[in-house]
Amino acid sequence: MRRTVFPHKLLPWLLLAPQLAITLIFFYWPAAQAFRQSVLREDPFGLSSTFVGLANFRKVLNDPAYLNALQVTVIFSVLVAFFAMAIALFLAVQVEKIIRGKGFYRTLMIWPYAVAPAIAGMLWLFMFNPSFGTLAWPLRQMGINWNPLLDGDQAMALVVAAATWKQISYNFLFFVAGLQAIPKSLLEAAAIDGATKRRAFWTIVFPLLTPTTFFLLVVNTVYALFDTFGIIHAVTSGGPGKATETLVYKVYNDGFVNLIMGDSAAQSVILMVIVIALTAFQFRFIEKRVHYG
Amino acid sequence: MAHIQLNDLRKSYAGQEVIHGITMNIANGEFVVIVGPSGCGKSTLLRMVAGLEGITGGTISIGDRVVNDLEPRQRDIAMVFQNYALYPHMSVRENMAYGLKIAKMPAAEIEARVAKAAAMLELEPYLDRKPRALSGGQRQRVAMGRALVREPAAFLLDEPLSNLDAKLRVQMRLQIKDLHQTTGQTMLYVTHDQVEAMTLADRLIVMNKGVAEQIATPQEVYMTPASEFVAGFIGSPAMNIFTVQVQGGEAMLPGGHRLPIAGLPARPEVRLGLRPEDMEVVGEDVPGIPVVLRSVEWLGADAFGYGTIEGSDVPMTLRLPGATAAARGQRLRVAPVEGRWHLFAPDTGKRL
Repeated sequence: MRRTVFPHKLLPWLLLAPQLAITLIFFYWPAAQAFRQSVLREDPFGLSSTFVGLANFRKVLNDPAYLNALQVTVIFSVLVAFFAMAIALFLAVQVEKIIRGKGFYRTLMIWPYAVAPAIAGMLWLFMFNPSFGTLAWPLRQMGINWNPLLDGDQAMALVVAAATWKQISYNFLFFVAGLQAIPKSLLEAAAIDGATKRRAFWTIVFPLLTPTTFFLLVVNTVYALFDTFGIIHAVTSGGPGKATETLVYKVYNDGFVNLIMGDSAAQSVILMVIVIALTAFQFRFIEKRVHYG
Repeated sequence: MAHIQLNDLRKSYAGQEVIHGITMNIANGEFVVIVGPSGCGKSTLLRMVAGLEGITGGTISIGDRVVNDLEPRQRDIAMVFQNYALYPHMSVRENMAYGLKIAKMPAAEIEARVAKAAAMLELEPYLDRKPRALSGGQRQRVAMGRALVREPAAFLLDEPLSNLDAKLRVQMRLQIKDLHQTTGQTMLYVTHDQVEAMTLADRLIVMNKGVAEQIATPQEVYMTPASEFVAGFIGSPAMNIFTVQVQGGEAMLPGGHRLPIAGLPARPEVRLGLRPEDMEVVGEDVPGIPVVLRSVEWLGADAFGYGTIEGSDVPMTLRLPGATAAARGQRLRVAPVEGRWHLFAPDTGKRL
């Protein structure tokens, strides 16, 4: 790699300063706060706090509601990451086949990414509202007793759909770029070698897309764990009951609604550890199966 | 192994015809080279045979089957691409076995065929390597091997040597020639390099702007080029071609020199082609072409003299013996070797 040498010692730091400041203020400082809070217990009026060691962690990990949230999160994240990537890959492959108007379709596919999570949530909420939703009616016509306000599984399906829809654009963009990087002659060679389109896809295209897929797996996992708060908040607020309460939503609920700061902080620390462990696992074990060109 | 028949083959893109009706029979085991400048349609023609490009008109038969509407995988052909198109995530062994696995060949047979091809191409030490760990020449051989193991009806090669350096290119050229002789495969080979074309081919298709200007053996193409384009394209340095007036059975050259040429047609003007190697220096008393040299390139065994016909600005290239004393500014009188001239129609460019 080429090294650029700055004539001045201070200049590189100055150029890095904005990014460092943002990272420090919005990431390290809150993270440190969370660590501090997680070992404290606050009195009901928020006037004083006492050091309680790991008591908050013990309490959280023994709480059935927390274990429920953990289970909900696993189901939610796996579904969102899988569907967001699978559908995006399917759409990217289909768009690549189009000869006329490729750019038009691509632009349309990317638009949902520009929609704010809360708005996206509201969109899906309205479309599937049991009493006036445009798409709830056809569902009922098909004989489905559609009511996500009462049925936990239906509520889960709805938030999964909304969160997936929102993420497809992002994944689509990367898959399109990934597909374009595969030389056409490889597919021609496969066609001459006797491979059907389907076979060539699974033996040539998919393996060569693994760097993209792996990157998206990491990004989508983090997205499903953290960035879906807005959608869940807008669509179900974690309900009905606690059927769609994910870990990050519970952190918010316990901390800012129920004002149990110690529990909430302990939960966010656990969440952080989970994400770090998961990402490390992905890099350690799944990356081995990635073919970098 | 099979013969290939092209019958009035045409190709259009958006109403624009780029291949204007090519008819040819390629015999079983024949090595045919498609040669021409870039953009002449030679790669398109090969890709049509492979099934990678659609056919607008005419038919292609491989063996006794018309393959117009068959997918590439149904045509029983193998192809070597210019960039080799090796599967980067597979080892050399897997690359070669890919097509055989798809054909559901028994594992033992696959193993045997890969081993045989690897031995023939000296690839045995590299079988477990990925393509990125190979040199250009090795990759090229893997691409050949991948085609070879399939034992197809015909071999299609699309400029397979153009990504190699000059030395390796000569080596691989000989290897391809050997391969053809040992396997007896029908081969269709595209190149823009006339040395490859001349040395490899049993027969050549010289293409220009989507038309087959001449389909013949390398000797015929060189000795009796069918058109002015072929005459100028094949041969190095290129043939000198210029317009002469026909006057009383003699050719009136630019600059007012007279040259007796047998067999001049009864038309006022004709294009005269003289290869640099088909002229010899003659004395002042013999009819000939006076050439004023602009520069002399000495190559060892021989030298090339570049100049103009005296009294005109028509360029003239001469091949001189290596021991020549000719130098810049000198005047040489040359005459074509008896019978070694080419006459073309000024309007159509066809040989007369």
